Amino acid sequence: MSQSTGHYGFYPGCSMGATARSYLQSTEAICKALGLTLKEVDDWNCCGASEYISMNSVAAYSLIARNLSLAAQEGHTDLVAPCNMCFLNLHKVDGYMEKYPKINQQVGRALAAGGLSYKAGSVHVRHLLDIVVEDVGIDAVTAKITRPLKGLRVAPYYGCLLTRPDSRYSPEYPTHLDDLLEALGATVVEFPLKTQCCGGHMTQIKEATAYDMIRRILQNAAEDQADAIVTICPMCQLNLDAFQPQVNGMFKTKFHLPVLYFTQMMGVAFGLSNKELGIGSEITSSKTAFRKIGQEEPEEQKSLKRDKNALPMPRL
Amino acid sequence: MPDNGAGKSFYERVAAATPGGDVLMKCLQCGTCGGSCPSGADMDSTPRQLFAMISAGMEDEVLSSNTPWYCVSCYYCTVRCPQEIPITMIMYTLKRMALARGHYHKDAHINWSKSFTNFVELNGRSFELGAMTLFGLHNPFAIVKQGGLGVQMITKGRMPPVPERIRNMPQLTAILNEAKRIAEEEEV
Repeated sequence: MSQSTGHYGFYPGCSMGATARSYLQSTEAICKALGLTLKEVDDWNCCGASEYISMNSVAAYSLIARNLSLAAQEGHTDLVAPCNMCFLNLHKVDGYMEKYPKINQQVGRALAAGGLSYKAGSVHVRHLLDIVVEDVGIDAVTAKITRPLKGLRVAPYYGCLLTRPDSRYSPEYPTHLDDLLEALGATVVEFPLKTQCCGGHMTQIKEATAYDMIRRILQNAAEDQADAIVTICPMCQLNLDAFQPQVNGMFKTKFHLPVLYFTQMMGVAFGLSNKELGIGSEITSSKTAFRKIGQEEPEEQKSLKRDKNALPMPRL
Repeated sequence: MPDNGAGKSFYERVAAATPGGDVLMKCLQCGTCGGSCPSGADMDSTPRQLFAMISAGMEDEVLSSNTPWYCVSCYYCTVRCPQEIPITMIMYTLKRMALARGHYHKDAHINWSKSFTNFVELNGRSFELGAMTLFGLHNPFAIVKQGGLGVQMITKGRMPPVPERIRNMPQLTAILNEAKRIAEEEEV
């Protein structure tokens, strides 16, 4: 099913323009380095995340199917989603339309109201990680490395939705991200909770539930002395990174684990600059982690704190 | 075929409204679902218990349970179920059934789903800052607690202040309206 031409339809998803801007920047940077062409599907719409389907299933499937239809219309056979949620939704609806005639007929009717149609199975929905590992291949990635991530301990975090359900990878203990990170020169730690859920939308709804789920994952990575968690999903990155201070507050813990995208790690190993890769936009700073591999430090606001040994002069 | 669910048991209606839901009858009551669930500790009943209640026709108890609303939709139960029951999708069905009857658990996060969906229907794209603000109208406490993080996200360039909009909104609206009409022909 894979394409040898290196051309793919691209469904970025809403997060890539917002909370996950650094994921988009680093994806563009590594695609350029690897000679991959991702062509954004024109006028794509939101996949509805896990919200729309709680309210109306036919509308939720139809919302998703519009994207499949547009991608097929543009002639794409492979559609790449970098976000686990988008990937699951697109992949699921394509599968449902193929498997359940009633859903196929209902969604077909809804699409027709907008002058569109979609034949189930005509677009192969794939995650960006899959393209890098399967189509580009570890060898081609290794050939681009100029600065191996030697000495950096990383916890490979897949999150839940990439490997479930109906996935070709193990839902319990997938290893393709492990292989990629190892090839980049990093030390991959044992990480039994690598496919545990980050809590998804629960941070907005029930903090105590969400923060405990985040705490377990951070703790599991910290137990194996990981310097960083490497993720493949905007929601996972947001929850583990941005809510880390809140988790520390709630559980009186002292986690400091930067959460970076696999594309950023690839970019660093390829010798690209922090700016190109959007490194520095994390809430939990990645400075200490990157210092270990002699990577230039991300720009941060200069501290206003004075030197410990400075004279006790008043500050203006 | 239009199906108003009349004369069907609660169990049959849940199964019919879920893709592949007919295998619910094969539940072994093994409890793998509840044991795998990362948020199970906060649920009134584990999925296993809920399925026994569905079989027993305890419609009111099931639809007012907090269980579906604590489902984080990670599909761990689904991939581990030895009978391949689409458990996560059943949780979505129960949410929709509870909403349709207008009576649900107090922890239902329907205002979050509505705030999020509102922007999707308006612009074709989600809009985090807007959804959080709209949700905040129902939960002012959330703004107080998460406002600081919001400011950080904005300064890091991770939360754009204005929503994005797709060009062909009339097409998307026509599709969604038709989908809603189709959904109304069914009960759930």
